[in-house]
Amino acid sequence: MSDQLQNLDLPYFAIFLTFFLAVLSSLLVLAPTQRGISATWDYLKQVKFIERNGIVVSTYIVIAVSLWVVVMIVAPQFFMVELSFHDGTVAADVNYDYSQTPYTFNNYSYVIFGSGSDDSYFNVLHLKVFLRTIIASVCITLLAFVLCYPIAYYMAQTAKGGTVRLLLICLVLPFWVNEILRAFAFRILFGSSGVINSVLIGSGIMDEPFDFIKADIAMYAGLSYAYILLMIFPIYNAIESLDHNQIEAARDLGSSWSRIHYRVVMPYAKPGIASGCTMVFMLTAGALAAPQILGGPSSLWFTQIITNWFNLGDWTRGSAYAFLFLLSCIVFVLTVMKYFKVNLGELAK
Amino acid sequence: MSSGVDLEHVTIRFGDFTAVDDANLSIKKGEFFSFLGPSGCGKTTILRAVSGFNEPTEGTVRINGNDMQGIGPNKRPTALIFQNLALFPLMSVADNIAFGLEVEGIKYVERRRRAEELLDLIALSGQGDKMVSELSGGQKQRVAIARALAVEPEVLLLDEPLSALDLKLRQHMRSELRNIQQRVGITFIYITHDQGEALTMSDRIAVMSAGLIEQVGDGSTIYNEPETAFVASFVGENNPFFGKVIKADENYAQIQNKFGLLRGRNTQGLSEGDSAILFVRPEALSLVHGDEPSENVIESTILSEEFEGHSIHIHLEGETAKKIALSISNDGTGSKLQVGDTTKICFDVDRAIVLPEGDLADE
Ligand SMILES: Nc1ncnc2c1ncn2[C@@H]1O[C@H](COP(=O)(O)OP(=O)(O)OP(=O)(O)O)[C@@H](O)[C@H]1O
Ligand SMILES: [Mg+2]
Repeated sequence: MSDQLQNLDLPYFAIFLTFFLAVLSSLLVLAPTQRGISATWDYLKQVKFIERNGIVVSTYIVIAVSLWVVVMIVAPQFFMVELSFHDGTVAADVNYDYSQTPYTFNNYSYVIFGSGSDDSYFNVLHLKVFLRTIIASVCITLLAFVLCYPIAYYMAQTAKGGTVRLLLICLVLPFWVNEILRAFAFRILFGSSGVINSVLIGSGIMDEPFDFIKADIAMYAGLSYAYILLMIFPIYNAIESLDHNQIEAARDLGSSWSRIHYRVVMPYAKPGIASGCTMVFMLTAGALAAPQILGGPSSLWFTQIITNWFNLGDWTRGSAYAFLFLLSCIVFVLTVMKYFKVNLGELAK
Repeated sequence: MSSGVDLEHVTIRFGDFTAVDDANLSIKKGEFFSFLGPSGCGKTTILRAVSGFNEPTEGTVRINGNDMQGIGPNKRPTALIFQNLALFPLMSVADNIAFGLEVEGIKYVERRRRAEELLDLIALSGQGDKMVSELSGGQKQRVAIARALAVEPEVLLLDEPLSALDLKLRQHMRSELRNIQQRVGITFIYITHDQGEALTMSDRIAVMSAGLIEQVGDGSTIYNEPETAFVASFVGENNPFFGKVIKADENYAQIQNKFGLLRGRNTQGLSEGDSAILFVRPEALSLVHGDEPSENVIESTILSEEFEGHSIHIHLEGETAKKIALSISNDGTGSKLQVGDTTKICFDVDRAIVLPEGDLADE
């Protein structure tokens, strides 16, 4: 493994860094030569951003942000995509120096068609897991929305200041506990001798324990709970700025509560709802800890397949799976957003 | 259809704080009724009790004779126009107006037709497809009225709907509102802290102060026959003269004041020894020319003089920090008075009123 890592990273990173530095320095050099150094300097001093923060701070911010974007976001994705087009099956022959392996589409075709030696034409197992992950993530997102919207509405429009603070603490505090520990806590809760089964049996509703783990109920519950804060906060934010008089006006005109929500509150909170749903969907689809710990023995989450490729040492195939999965999720989210007429820019509100 | 509204011993408390104290009123069908009072006196609270957003702590609200206890705002035959209008920003003008009809389950085409009718009424024909944000302040105002009228309320409640508009538009909208009220013929309950608005539009006015209804009456009664010191000082400008009653009969009362003996009408049955305030309006005061009258003469120093075309405003030193205001019409000869001069002014006994001592409205 360590072999792999060294060989994998260094050449690519060197190429990438050279490229990045080249662009940066050419920008730095080109601008003055075209306008003259003092003119450039004068121009820079006029830029509002620099004027406001001073030259030292602005330089720091620009460098820090570009490094963050490049090193943390662009570079890893770039490497992953590049890697996914290499032929990993022959990597061992060249001592895992992937730059010496040939380019191929095999990793991608494998997702859809499998190795070709299977019985069926398509890679049924993986495609099934893929679909199941997407559909389950949609259901979990909807469930989280149904749970969180009333809470967010209550906090934003009905509750008094003190109650809101108390509720916020109750919501946030559990998330100080590590994600994996929380998953185990759910496992204990839903286990065959866990609290829920004990209560159900104790109260005489059931005779013998129900296997929540095997039925995947524990996993869905755990996943629904895992990202509720990311659902509640954007919706809360959006609803909070809604003028309470609008709700009263609708009420005064004879509207029922359901219509008030459907016609007045939800359209107003749409950007917040979209933002919450997007985040919860993406994170649920990409979750690993909860499915790993709470998932039943027969059920797989797509991320588990991806991890498995990496664990098996086939990084190229893992990359292809990961990239395809990311792409599908993004396309799915964008399609849904287009259907509900939400702009990408609104999500940042 | 139009309904009357009755408040019977309505008291509304928020915790220990009494926002409305034992209000008793009977508003007639088709009346334009105003609540007038300074900020925070409980006007909005009363209106919200009529529309159903607040339940009275004690007492009964009746609309058309029916007790409204426990009936929610969506079930009452009232429509409220909010202080800030509260139009729905994400709906078109027509959708805003037709929202109440949509709630009733009326079909789109019919809704649209009714919205167009109302748009005609408020002189915004053909602008139904605009968004609310594309309208001017006065237009938004009218859309809010149309949205409320669309549900054909029996009582329309208006909470200072003109306060956000500039002076010109406000004056225009006053007559517009009055016209609309006469056309649709339903009861209007109007809230304002602007006395000009209340006096010009209303059939009757209730003047409120700190949760109490001080007086109910039509504009000229409120202005000419105030019953309390608060009403006298809040509605229009008035000069108070403090003192003890030294002589009183059923028509007139005389008080002993720093400026001497002053006499005015005794409408509230004051008797000898009561603490009282005599009120004289600036336009009832005049400068003494020639022979000095036998009573109600005040001698004081001129502090300032403002020439205002058709009238001249003069301020004289009063008994307290508040100056005596006097307004005389411009007879063309110009004032021969100088700031700093001492002069005598007088008033007719029938144009002064003596009321029991009480809190005055803040300036
Ligand atoms: N929900 C509430 N809880 C506590 N106090 C309230 C509440 N609503 C109103 N009050 C108090 O009741 C008093 C009357 O308020 P109200 O809104 O009726 O005044 P208003 O006459 O409409 O004033 P304005 O002209 O400024 O609108 C105020 O002192 C206010 O602080
Ligand atoms: Mg108010």
